[in-house]
Amino acid sequence: MTEQELITNIETAPETQEYFINMGPQHPSTHGVLRLLLTLDGEIIKKVEPHLGYIHRSIEKMCEKDSYQQIVHLTDRMDYLSCHMNNEAVCLCVENGLQLEIPERVKVIRTIISELTRLSSHQLWWGVMGMDLGAITTFLYGFRDRELITDIFEETCGARLTMNYNVPGGVMFDIHPNFQKRTKDFITYFRKKLPEYDELLTGNVIFTERTKDIGYLSKEDAISYGVTGPSGRASGFACDVRKRFPYSAYDRVEFKEIIYTEGDCFARYKARIDEMWESMKIIEQLIDNIPEGEHKAKTKAVIKLPEGEYYQRVETARGELGVYIVSDNKKSPYRVKFRSPGFSNLSALDTMARGNKIADLVATMSTLDLVIPDIDR
Amino acid sequence: MGLKNYISDIYNGVKSLITGMKVTGHYFTHPGEIVTQQYPENRDTLKMFERFRGEVVLIHDENNMHKCTGCSACELACPNGSIEIISGKEIDPETGKSTKIIDTFVYHLSMCTFCNLCILSCPTDAIKMAQGFEHSVFDRSKLTKVLNKPGSKIMPGIK
Amino acid sequence: MNFNIYDFTEFVNSIKLWLNSVLPPAAADIAGFVIIGICFLTFIVILGLSLVYIERKVCAFFQQRLGPMRVGFWGTAQTIADIIKLVFKEPLISKGSDKFLFNLAAFIVIIAPFMAIAAVPFAKGLHVLDFDIGLFFITAISSIGVTGILLAGWSSNNKYSLIGAMRSGAQIVSYELSVILSLLTIIVLTGSLQLSVIVESQRDGWWIFKGNIPAIIAFFIFIIASTAESNRGPFDMAEAESELTAGFHTEYSGIKFAFFFLAEYINLFIIAAVGATVFFGGWMPLHIGNFEFFNNIMDFIPPIIWFFGKIAAIIFLIMWFKWTFPRLRIDQLLTLEWKYLLPINLINLLLMALVALSGWHL
Repeated sequence: MTEQELITNIETAPETQEYFINMGPQHPSTHGVLRLLLTLDGEIIKKVEPHLGYIHRSIEKMCEKDSYQQIVHLTDRMDYLSCHMNNEAVCLCVENGLQLEIPERVKVIRTIISELTRLSSHQLWWGVMGMDLGAITTFLYGFRDRELITDIFEETCGARLTMNYNVPGGVMFDIHPNFQKRTKDFITYFRKKLPEYDELLTGNVIFTERTKDIGYLSKEDAISYGVTGPSGRASGFACDVRKRFPYSAYDRVEFKEIIYTEGDCFARYKARIDEMWESMKIIEQLIDNIPEGEHKAKTKAVIKLPEGEYYQRVETARGELGVYIVSDNKKSPYRVKFRSPGFSNLSALDTMARGNKIADLVATMSTLDLVIPDIDR
Repeated sequence: MGLKNYISDIYNGVKSLITGMKVTGHYFTHPGEIVTQQYPENRDTLKMFERFRGEVVLIHDENNMHKCTGCSACELACPNGSIEIISGKEIDPETGKSTKIIDTFVYHLSMCTFCNLCILSCPTDAIKMAQGFEHSVFDRSKLTKVLNKPGSKIMPGIK
Repeated sequence: MNFNIYDFTEFVNSIKLWLNSVLPPAAADIAGFVIIGICFLTFIVILGLSLVYIERKVCAFFQQRLGPMRVGFWGTAQTIADIIKLVFKEPLISKGSDKFLFNLAAFIVIIAPFMAIAAVPFAKGLHVLDFDIGLFFITAISSIGVTGILLAGWSSNNKYSLIGAMRSGAQIVSYELSVILSLLTIIVLTGSLQLSVIVESQRDGWWIFKGNIPAIIAFFIFIIASTAESNRGPFDMAEAESELTAGFHTEYSGIKFAFFFLAEYINLFIIAAVGATVFFGGWMPLHIGNFEFFNNIMDFIPPIIWFFGKIAAIIFLIMWFKWTFPRLRIDQLLTLEWKYLLPINLINLLLMALVALSGWHL
């Protein structure tokens, strides 16, 4: 065929059509009720349009009728995998508003439990990430290790997932006598098991092929979309709130802010794996040095924040969570707004997934570590 | 050069796959490390942690006495309205004064989020979280419970 | 009747003679067909059920679980319970689907392995179809299954199904090449496609040992390519649970879903059977050259046990793959085939020809 013939052949070829697929609200890899409207050309993604609202429970509105103690338990239900950090954010915000001096012991306990929560969240993410890519066994291994952390939580906080361990002014109960021993046992155990994660996925040739150079997010995009947490740091955006704006006991521990510059799925994956090592380091520094003291500062039974606006940010397992409270000196806040990390991270999905295949979208979503109730609230 | 890369690609790829298979192979050959539990069968040995929040109970002693004064602090503390205190009046035969007592302590398990705020708010430590977690019933109405036992009285000296 | 666990030829012949003695010749033939049909039907059902059970148990142990434990001893009756449930389920047909093709697809998928299993040599004399193109027949027939998958995807009126079916089409067409080329590598040595001849040629040792390095390479290519051909993980592109919900059988329910499910496991069995026959001597016990003593001990184990033992080993290997590796992407899958497996295969075939010509094999 001559060149001219080829061109006419292409011109006369039947037109290909773009078509739509509804990925979700019920779909195995959207991890909840996220609905993505995909525009596809064959298997290549032209556009991703997230549609939200399937699990909207109006938590922000509910906060407006609740007392400050009651708000805390609602935040458990936002990003349920980093529930402790959510609670902590609200409590810190309220404590700042009250100018309350909280005991050192509380700060350390909160930090340890936050890091344990981060570990458990990342373990679950690792398992699910493997499952999204088709390696179902990782899911079970991730849960196996997470179970030990939930046991620690259950013993000390009284619940496994929605712990509601924080109260404004401190923590609900003092730590359980077994807490330190169990935590140390877990760290020793997990230091042995974490290399297994690398053997099973990180080094695996199929896995690296599936994740390297997929779902690229540049640093500029990460900043403009507000992608935070390990996802943002994998694009080179130094946004670790623990480092930049230390709260609780993070100012006294040494840890590295994990930053990768590749911005692809593999970098995001590595960032989380490395964060697990850092979390273990933080816990090890604090677990033997919990200062003696009260587990809760004295607060009034009815907390009234002075009139004004209060903002507090913490680093959850997914990124930066902001709590913004407007108070009019009543027993419930005038307005509460949560800046949830999942929402901002999801907004970058379209940029990341465009031009990739459906399978890559799944990998990209996985490495963003979306928790849908956090996005919808 | 190209051929060398090609062969080393294959070699490294196969090596990484075998590393992965070693991990799963290890667990396959070590059934002693199985972590799952056989749940309904191990009911007898299954013990929940003492702080585990399964349901709210009103503590009764052996004389069918409880400590609830009917102050409804728990009702106010509950974020979901899962506690309803219906209080009555009792007239003291000696002094003739009327005191507030509970008539029924209604607990809607179906609405409870186990946040523990009611227990914290109770001034007399009358209620606590119990460890029972098998709450499934065939009829939703069974989830609405009355926590004070019939004929129970408030302990003397509790105000 | 003369029953011999080591050689079924006389046993089969005696049944044939007995049928001929009680029935007229034409009726005897038909009766023979019916008996064979019933035998295979029962065999396939038992095979399917037990493979599903084995898969669930194997997978559970890889994942530090116990797997099904409730129905029957160690959950052995679990798959029977499952199939009862599937039989009683309503066969839903989605709106706008092509009803005829939708129903046909499930049958095509199950018919292919049914036909292929006839050519599998189970033991000496226990072999229904033994003609001179046996291996060709199996590979040809078992690739009919892909028509069923394509039809299922097309007729379901579901985009997920369609994508899954198209993926599966591309995948099976490509990997068919590697399967056949890797088998051809051994055919160079045997010089025959007849399965009984292939088995017989391994009397003094299996091809994987006798065939030098090319045979080992061929076996690895075969196991990779056949895993892909049977749509199993890490090549389960067509189902791709986390991407396409359930791929081509998203819309199927009840017994028709069971057909797809059963077909997958019977295909697994056939692949393992072909692999065992060509590379590991089928029902032939492990013989090493002229060590009479050793060979006699090995002969003592009945061939049928040898055959199923080898199949079990290959199936275990394939399951091990599935429960360890992440899934490939469709373009990587095709890259693997066309850029790696196929060139290696062609060179390997050439190498094997060289080995065969210069007599380097045993």
